[in-house]
Amino acid sequence: MAMLKPKAPEPRALDLAETRIAALTLPEGGWAEPARRDALSRVRDMGLPIARDEYWKYTKPDTLTAVEPTPAALFEDDDAPVFGAFDRLKIVFVDGVFDADASDDLALEGIEIERLAESRADIHWAKDIYGTLEARGQTPVKRPLAALNTAFATDGVLIRVTGKPSKPVSLIYHHKSEASDAILHHVVKVEEGAELTLLENGPAAARVNMGLEVDVADTGVFRHIRAQGRDHERRAATHIFGRLGRESAFKSFTLTANGVLTRNEVVLELTGDDAIAHVAGACMGDGDFHHDDTVFVTHDAVNCESRQVYKKVLRNGAVGVFQGKILVEAGAQKTDGYQISQSLLLDDDSTFQAKPELEIYADDVACSHGSTSGAIDEEALFYLRSRGLQKAEATDYLTLAFLAEAVQEIDDEDLQAEIVERISAWLFRRRAK
Amino acid sequence: MLEIKNLHVKLEDEDKAILKGVDLTVEAGKVHAIMGPNGSGKSTLSYVLSGRDGYEVTDGSATLLGEDILDMEPEERAAAGMFLAFQYPVEIPGVGNMTFLRSAVNAQRKARGEEEMSSTEFLKVIREKAKDLQIDQDMLKRPVNVGFSGGEKKRNEILQMAMLEPKLCILDETDSGLDVDAMKLVSEGVNALRSPDRGFLVITHYQRLLDHIKPDVVHIMSDGKIVKTGGPELAMEVETHGYQDLKEGA
Repeated sequence: MAMLKPKAPEPRALDLAETRIAALTLPEGGWAEPARRDALSRVRDMGLPIARDEYWKYTKPDTLTAVEPTPAALFEDDDAPVFGAFDRLKIVFVDGVFDADASDDLALEGIEIERLAESRADIHWAKDIYGTLEARGQTPVKRPLAALNTAFATDGVLIRVTGKPSKPVSLIYHHKSEASDAILHHVVKVEEGAELTLLENGPAAARVNMGLEVDVADTGVFRHIRAQGRDHERRAATHIFGRLGRESAFKSFTLTANGVLTRNEVVLELTGDDAIAHVAGACMGDGDFHHDDTVFVTHDAVNCESRQVYKKVLRNGAVGVFQGKILVEAGAQKTDGYQISQSLLLDDDSTFQAKPELEIYADDVACSHGSTSGAIDEEALFYLRSRGLQKAEATDYLTLAFLAEAVQEIDDEDLQAEIVERISAWLFRRRAK
Repeated sequence: MLEIKNLHVKLEDEDKAILKGVDLTVEAGKVHAIMGPNGSGKSTLSYVLSGRDGYEVTDGSATLLGEDILDMEPEERAAAGMFLAFQYPVEIPGVGNMTFLRSAVNAQRKARGEEEMSSTEFLKVIREKAKDLQIDQDMLKRPVNVGFSGGEKKRNEILQMAMLEPKLCILDETDSGLDVDAMKLVSEGVNALRSPDRGFLVITHYQRLLDHIKPDVVHIMSDGKIVKTGGPELAMEVETHGYQDLKEGA
């Protein structure tokens, strides 16, 4: 594969890494330690992201790499919690620390769940995944914050799915201290023919560095629905690394409303034939809001399908970023790749930066990508108003309509309705202001 | 009911006049048809009356039940009893047909200071009206107009009209894109809404819709003006001779 030789890291990036590393403690002992040490040397070699990095062109990394997190005011959420009405196995983290009292018993048929922080044995199924998928995701683009996460994660869950559990596993994150800084890392292994729905909600901390590695074996199914919390001042850098086996499916959806800075990276590798990977995101930003979706999907098997569907609604100076790539390796014939990134700009102050990319080395593929930025459709607005809806209400309906393609990536109708409900509530609050 | 006097309209960002002095009165209980060649200003008239952006009224007036409507927002006109059935109804993904219609009904009621319709009552009424238009449950639940055929979209417009119970209904080229069966169904829906206290303005290029929705008065519009007014026989004349003769006759 043709590839540019990576540039040597800048001295400033290396210094930044050393400063950050010096302020952290690498958890010792157990099966994960070798992987953590490998990740540590990756960080040392790469350095941390700096503003000059091509991959950080649209998003300033400084507050994500700084030793101290920027304090974030606590947020009183008077809404009922997301997914609150759903029967699920709850696992609660407060400022990045597992809360046993608030969590359910970590037992469910068809599934094994352990805490990363407690898992100290020398031999463990997660050993083959922890840091491995992250390391694979470092080429061709380096992701130092993910390696930093692997090295220093203090907590997280290890989920091995062997059957079809009766309910979703739900990770719930609370932010209760103004200057909290969390590094969480989860590992999911979906065994052959097994299925898991993973829910995540909440802001986690004033600043969170979140890692999720998902290995889906042949014919396994992984569904993921995430709502990132409505704290206005929180910052988040998240990475999802997924590896998909034959005839497996990976479907991930993220809702982001508020948060001064969010960088969500998704790195997927389709390694088995006939696999399906769908990633989608809907975000709503008002004012001091910067949201970055950076996605890299690699097709390395025959007859696979991938979809990237990202929609952003921006107003009052909010900024949206999309960097998305479909890489089709030689031999990955019959690939069906789709990528769409769109923004709805509700005023002239908001901006959307998009960098859609295709890189194809196979000759029998169908790949498409598109990116648009636009305002509310005047014709549609007139249609709704002519039926009696106030302008603000009509605009909300059209906003929902705009986000629909992303939200519809959620398979489960009830979960889809739950997300629509959240979006409507968010819009309603803006209208009421 | 609807009274238009000497209405002059131009595009907001162009100087070219589109309506050049339209005079028209639609009485309650009557169906008025406006026919005319493409570009005569028929659709513009419907848009100006319902409040679409992009037009500037340079002279004249339009009142609905004595109220000046030209300064009203589109939603205010709707609450005052104006309804436009679109030539090209807009698709709204992600918003259920029924949810949308209930919001619209209640928005209008609220604007008029009336009590909102409960969901039980709404469901009962909409099921009845949908049945008459052969609109099934699935179509009611689906997102507004998304994946609807041409005929389904027009039937959905009539369903909205039936639910919103306007005083004045404007139908803009409702026959376009309809086959004979669909046109019959839509026309039956419209005819069912005819009542002594409701007026209709049916805009059409062809006479065939008027076989199904029988007009009381027919107007011919040409170059931004109404050039001839008569009974239903005028529509037959257009059918036989085209618009050319009528224009010359004017």
